[in-house]
Amino acid sequence: MTTVAATAHPAPAHHDDRSFIRKYVFSTDHKIIGIQFLFVSLFFLLVGGLLAMQMRWQLGFPGKPMPGGGVLPETMAPGGVILPEYYIQLVTMHGTFMVFFAIMPLLVGVYANFLIPLKIGTHDMAFPRINMWSFWSFFAAGLVMLASLFVPDGAARAGWTMYAPLSARHDLSGASFGQEMWSVSIILVGLSSILGSLNYITTIINNRAPGMTWFRLPLSVWSLFITAILGLLALPVLSGAAIMLLFDQIIGTHFFDPAAGGQALLWQHLFWFFGHPEVYILILPAMGMVSDIIANGSRKPIFGYHSMVFAIVAIAFLGWIVWGHHMFMSGMNPTLGSSFMVSTLVIAVPSAVKTFNWMGTMWRGNLRFTVPMLNAVAFVAMFVIGGLSGIFMAATPVDMFIHDTYFIVAHLHYVLFGGSLFALFAAIPYWYPKMFGRLMHEGWGKVHFWLTFIFYNLVFFPMHILGMAGHMRRIYDPTQYAFLQPYQPMNEFISISAFLLFATQIIFFVNFWWSLKRGKPSGLNPWQDNGLEWTLPSPAPHGNWERVPTVYRGPYEFSSPQVPEDYLPQTRRLPSDREPAAASAARH
Amino acid sequence: MHWWLPLKGSTFAGEVDGLFLAITIITGIAFVLVEVGLIWFVVKYRQRPGRKAFYTHGSTRAEVIWTAIPAVTMVALGLISNHYWVRIKGRNSVPPNAYPIAIHAKQFEWQVTYPGPDGKLGTSDDFTVRNQLHVPVGRPIVVRLTSEDVIHSFFVPVFRVKQDAVPGMDINAWFQATVPGTYELGCAELCGLGHYRMRAQVFVQSQEDYDAWTKQAAQEASS
Amino acid sequence: MTHAAATVDQMRPPYPAERGLDVYNTKLGMWVFLASEVMFFAALIGTYIILRFGAPGEWAKPGIVLNIKITAFNTFLLICSSVSMVKAYAAIQDGDPKKMRFWLLLTILGGATFVGIQVYEYIHLIEHGFVPSGVREGSELAELVAKGQLPAATMGLYGSTFFTMTGFHGFHVTCGVISMTYLYLTKALPGKYTKQSYGGIETVGLYWHFVDLVWIILFTIVYLI
Ligand code: HEM
Ligand SMILES: [Cu+2]
Ligand SMILES: [Cu+2]
Repeated sequence: MTTVAATAHPAPAHHDDRSFIRKYVFSTDHKIIGIQFLFVSLFFLLVGGLLAMQMRWQLGFPGKPMPGGGVLPETMAPGGVILPEYYIQLVTMHGTFMVFFAIMPLLVGVYANFLIPLKIGTHDMAFPRINMWSFWSFFAAGLVMLASLFVPDGAARAGWTMYAPLSARHDLSGASFGQEMWSVSIILVGLSSILGSLNYITTIINNRAPGMTWFRLPLSVWSLFITAILGLLALPVLSGAAIMLLFDQIIGTHFFDPAAGGQALLWQHLFWFFGHPEVYILILPAMGMVSDIIANGSRKPIFGYHSMVFAIVAIAFLGWIVWGHHMFMSGMNPTLGSSFMVSTLVIAVPSAVKTFNWMGTMWRGNLRFTVPMLNAVAFVAMFVIGGLSGIFMAATPVDMFIHDTYFIVAHLHYVLFGGSLFALFAAIPYWYPKMFGRLMHEGWGKVHFWLTFIFYNLVFFPMHILGMAGHMRRIYDPTQYAFLQPYQPMNEFISISAFLLFATQIIFFVNFWWSLKRGKPSGLNPWQDNGLEWTLPSPAPHGNWERVPTVYRGPYEFSSPQVPEDYLPQTRRLPSDREPAAASAARH
Repeated sequence: MHWWLPLKGSTFAGEVDGLFLAITIITGIAFVLVEVGLIWFVVKYRQRPGRKAFYTHGSTRAEVIWTAIPAVTMVALGLISNHYWVRIKGRNSVPPNAYPIAIHAKQFEWQVTYPGPDGKLGTSDDFTVRNQLHVPVGRPIVVRLTSEDVIHSFFVPVFRVKQDAVPGMDINAWFQATVPGTYELGCAELCGLGHYRMRAQVFVQSQEDYDAWTKQAAQEASS
Repeated sequence: MTHAAATVDQMRPPYPAERGLDVYNTKLGMWVFLASEVMFFAALIGTYIILRFGAPGEWAKPGIVLNIKITAFNTFLLICSSVSMVKAYAAIQDGDPKKMRFWLLLTILGGATFVGIQVYEYIHLIEHGFVPSGVREGSELAELVAKGQLPAATMGLYGSTFFTMTGFHGFHVTCGVISMTYLYLTKALPGKYTKQSYGGIETVGLYWHFVDLVWIILFTIVYLI
């Protein structure tokens, strides 16, 4: 319906005469950088998934040759049978790829870059060149991490949490070069995140369009802003820790080596001081984008906008004082454990508030079940499970039993797959038109959604039961333990569901590629949304606006009685609207 | 295969399981509330032509309620949990009469040192056995955990006990077994390629059986 | 609003924007960046504190291992270079680019000398046997350890933390010297800084003062106590 309008829109006045390389490779355009992040991190998502499939094969069918495993070298899987030393590399690399190279860049790298300037109404980031470096250092980090799978002795072997001294001393882990590459790669990831965050923060503070006051920002921008602050302050700690780890590995320092006076728990404190804010980096942008999509899909203003903002801020503050909940059983002072327990339980409250507000938004709405909306609602339904299982683990006496079992694995997948990834399955088709000018296929999107939703739950829900049985995580062969043998059918069931879940993702990838060229042209505003980005042509042109727009209201004015339609764009001036000060000042 | 928690094999098990059940009930209520609510809204408020959504920006009263209820619940849960936590892991929680056993974890085995007939560690009648933990039933046991190389974690599911063994640290963990039988001890912290097979047998025995075993094992160890 | 604003907004700031912090982008960006630097050094310094308080036995004696006098001079030099940076900034605010160039050059020289002296110090220390892993076997320091004048148990930790912290600080000073030299050559010499436009000087100055401040903390905790 709006395709006609797209052509009617004035083309950007300035002529875009950048060379191909400057335009698409070493680009400083925030949208291209976002798209670069999208392609690269979708690739890493696939890599992470492939690693998981191999783990699931071993857990479901321990000791049996893996179909297609024959292509792997003797050092990994002789005759297709996975070796324990390869299995722990799989565990480590799966976690590392998913956290640092898939979910984090998909949420922050892609959407902070793509959305912030579009949604606040500016031409680009404050520092476009630094932004480009942020992408390229991420890319280099990814290459190093990927390459580490192929070096002698294989990749890092100490879990994505890289607990020392296992990670620090090659004689204890059996890995060598791969372990060092992990450290180098993580240092680069840190650099990338810091460069990105500093850009997002400066841009949001200084470059908002006239009338785009703080409390008119979409929740996606709010959450990306707070995420950037978390990244800015948390990643340097990880980088510092990774540098010390690298020095322990290559120049013989003793930070984490108790045999020479170092402290094993020091690594855990540094890692989790970063790590807990990191898990919020992995969920806040998802929450923000889901908020935008649910309001749009419900055709209703977001319920309790201000408390949504305060909940994000509260999570970000409390997120700094809960890291010890990963260390209840580590031998840390138990009194400290008590305070970490209380702070952790308290941090569940803002998450609850957000959940209820999403429900409040849907209440008495006029719900349109587009693919983004389906995935966004599934996000709420699944995140709740992850949040609630967090309460079990926060209660220290219960954590004594379920710590380091599959219960934890279930929890983290409910928040990261059920939460963050479902949010991405909502966000990708939602903003796809603004990236590529076309819509993703709706029918296949729905097939993908339903199959993913079903198989996902079949894979991860039973893991709670395994955890309650005491099934340890990161073990190569559960049948070693007599008490776990009765659970082998469940492991097998999970594995088969996991293969189906993985196969389902092919639908998504095919849909993604197919729609690039064949998707239905989307027009300016396919979802009838209020955000600034939807006033631009699809795909949005270089420089975005010829002249920055003026904003008259918040982003969630759906079904307003002021207009007959059920949406009211932020830029539309009604007779009752006043010019914001910044816009009129510039005119005089 | 159980769909719930395994056998309660120690004095903690009842407390831990009780807390687990309480949290299951609390979170279960929240879970049902949210999921049923979502499904209900999805069905009831699905799009119908010609209808406009109800235009509202929220309700302070509703938000105060649904902030306050979780907040109070969480703080209460924290206080209750802490009560048990202090009894289980608190600095002064180890009963003074607890029977000492030293466990030295090492890639990839558990070296269990028993105090021998005199009931004291660090004396000449101590003896060490690999991958076998024998404990008398009904008596508090304090395990002194150390590690040779990397971090391991002492985990006996039926006792509901877990404690990391950290190189460079000396950590005490205590428990009291209640049901005689043979169980398993596993390593719960990734400690290298043999992590999955770092396993030991746990024998919970009557005091007489335990004493008899001690005598025999001490002899075997010294010969 | 269709035509009136057309001349203002040319894809390049300043275009009309909602009021932010009233600080221009590069300066704000530098503040934000320094916040992350604070966390980075906090991780290193925190590690030092934790390792030192949890150390098995007595901590190494800086007075014996290090040459404190020369580093004290170096500290003085770095503080002076912060002062000259302020002078450069004040000069350009007064609209005196010549004086600004002089002070900026002096700052660069101060920074470069600092790095030079630090490199000399490192070479000297390594010759004496103080290395990141502790004490090199067969060196002068190893003898002192054998005689019991230095604690064997903590030399490794001291080496680890000393070289990591001072090394990363030195790296930051080097980056500062390079950026200042770059600005000197491309901006200050061609006369691009004026009374109205001196953002580069102010921004790099912020960084320079930060690096100076970190050094004062490091010097105190690593060399003096
Ligand atoms: C509702 C709030 C939440 C609470 C109360 C909570 C609580 C916890 C606790 C206590 C642990 C440690 C368990 C253990 O190792 O014994 C944990 C682990 C974890 N949580 Fe959460 N969590 C919450 C939300 C989240 C969110 C939003 C994410 C990510 C998006 C997340 C990701 C993780 C991950 C990845 C781990 C496992 C880390 C590892 O050991 O590998 N959690 N959570
Ligand atoms: Cu956490
Ligand atoms: Cu282990």
